[in-house]
Amino acid sequence: MRQPQPYDDIPGTTVFDAERSRQGYHLNQFCMSLMKAENRAAFKANEAEYLKGWPMTEAQRQVVLARDWNGMIALGGNIYFLSKLFSSDGKSFQHVAAIMTGASQDAYAKMMQEGGRSPDGNRSLAEWKTRG
Amino acid sequence: MAEVISGLSTSHVPAVGAAIDLGKTQEPYWQPVFKGYEFTKQWITEQNVDVVILVYNDHATAFSLELIPTFALGCAAEFPPADEGWGPRPVPVVKGHPELAAHLAQSLILDEFDMTIVNKMDVDHGLTVPLSLVYGQPAAWPCRVIPLAVNVIQYPPPTAHRCYRLGQAIGRAIAAYPEPLRVMVWGTGGMSHQLQGPRAGLINKAFDSRFLDLLVSDPEALTSITPLEFLRESGSEGIELVMWLIMRGALSARVKQVYRFYHVPASNTALGHLILECQR
Repeated sequence: MRQPQPYDDIPGTTVFDAERSRQGYHLNQFCMSLMKAENRAAFKANEAEYLKGWPMTEAQRQVVLARDWNGMIALGGNIYFLSKLFSSDGKSFQHVAAIMTGASQDAYAKMMQEGGRSPDGNRSLAEWKTRG
Repeated sequence: MAEVISGLSTSHVPAVGAAIDLGKTQEPYWQPVFKGYEFTKQWITEQNVDVVILVYNDHATAFSLELIPTFALGCAAEFPPADEGWGPRPVPVVKGHPELAAHLAQSLILDEFDMTIVNKMDVDHGLTVPLSLVYGQPAAWPCRVIPLAVNVIQYPPPTAHRCYRLGQAIGRAIAAYPEPLRVMVWGTGGMSHQLQGPRAGLINKAFDSRFLDLLVSDPEALTSITPLEFLRESGSEGIELVMWLIMRGALSARVKQVYRFYHVPASNTALGHLILECQR
């Protein structure tokens, strides 16, 4: 059972700790397999079939097929492993980061150009709750 | 005897490597980033560096979740650029320094740092992007490189304090090596950034600025930054900054700041870069 951690209070952030690494082991190792061209081809030919070769939970398979990036993170995915999946899709870190924040590509790129997301108001869950 | 002559820190953003490889360095978005390394490219030509100890992190490339070493020292004769999923970067093979690496491994373990010894390893953008930023696009890298891969992927990475102490042990080990080698130590990664979740895009200029100041003048003060503080203040990936403390620990207590550069954004990241020369 997952123990509460002090970093659970950081809003919009999922820390990839030992427990999440255990939970996401096969999801992440599936992503790792996409570093090989022949595996990428097999995955693209039939994604659902390819995923059956990895002992993931059904929920993990569904978020992969749906490219639900926050869903993959919630089920133990790590962003550097997920990068193998979105690179296979021809997408960049910035593209996926924008999706995870709920912003449009243009709005996210503009935020970064203007100095990024400030830590002010983004340090704790309490700050996000008061913001509404 | 061998000597640590200087240290260098830099971010290792993969998109920076792609910009170099695809010839985009003069595009308006990237031009300010690469302008920030022009001084360095000139400076390095006068340093006669024999060996760089390059502290970086592997990004799920050489190490999957099958094996997660906290400190992995590259002891091989060479390290091929990795295929990270879109073919290897078009950069030279990295030549190691197995003799010095073997000495380091032995010294550090006896100094109570339990290093993992790696005799076969591909190196990803974490290692090759800093080389490209400093040396450009040569046919062969002009120095030997000893990779020191640090786990910052699975929480917790080694603490700031532990990293600084490891750097000090590296400094002692190099000083005890009989061959007269000129050694640099590079710390890479950072600065503030977060790549995942609804808080992605976090940049903390005040935190980064203080970190750069103290890394020069009072690095011991940085060793009290907790993992929680790194995560909260510098973003979930900003915690890579612990690797800069390994570099700083290997230098003399007093250093001369030769160069400092800071730019936002490079993709999702605050890019920082320092050159520090040892003072005897």
